[in-house]
Amino acid sequence: MIDTLVQYLAAAAVLTGAVFGLLAAIGIVRLPDLYTRLHAASKAGVVGAGLILIAVAMISTDGAVILRAILGIIFLLLSTPIAAHLLARAAYKAGELPTPSTTIEEIDG
Amino acid sequence: MTGAEVLNWSADIAIVLLLIALLLVIVRLALGPNLGDRILALDTVTLLAVALIGVFTVRTGLGLYLDIAIAVALVGFLATVALARYVLNRAKKGGSQ
Repeated sequence: MIDTLVQYLAAAAVLTGAVFGLLAAIGIVRLPDLYTRLHAASKAGVVGAGLILIAVAMISTDGAVILRAILGIIFLLLSTPIAAHLLARAAYKAGELPTPSTTIEEIDG
Repeated sequence: MTGAEVLNWSADIAIVLLLIALLLVIVRLALGPNLGDRILALDTVTLLAVALIGVFTVRTGLGLYLDIAIAVALVGFLATVALARYVLNRAKKGGSQ
């Protein structure tokens, strides 16, 4: 009984994670400039991969596998924002301009 | 349907969705237009690869695949940081984007 419930929940998490990954990809293709694309990729992408790792942790009965999945989630949550921030900063220093509809620009050259 | 069947079906659907996502990201990788966009596309390819390996883990039930996923995530992070530093150094030397 409880096994079946956990399997249904894990199925929902896998599907939601895949949909988030697809949304990140659509955002990367359709958004107008690098900064908005970074926003789509780093947020939606990490939620997608994280939900799928959560599903792995839910259906596993092995403690080592659960620990690895949780470590993977923590690592993704730590590393993805750093990479996105570094890339945005490097692109800004390299002179890449935001799209003209940007209204607030707080960084000062 | 039993829980295991539902899980297998959703894993199959998730693999299809993630492959479509990979195709879209590769479109951005080919179009560019700038170096930053391509680095972002590569970073997203590694994220989607981690997700895909996670779905394989669910589908096969082999926990060993998770080690590969963590290694891919580590390598992807280091590659993105190195490429961002490369963009920064190129900008400092006065090269145009």
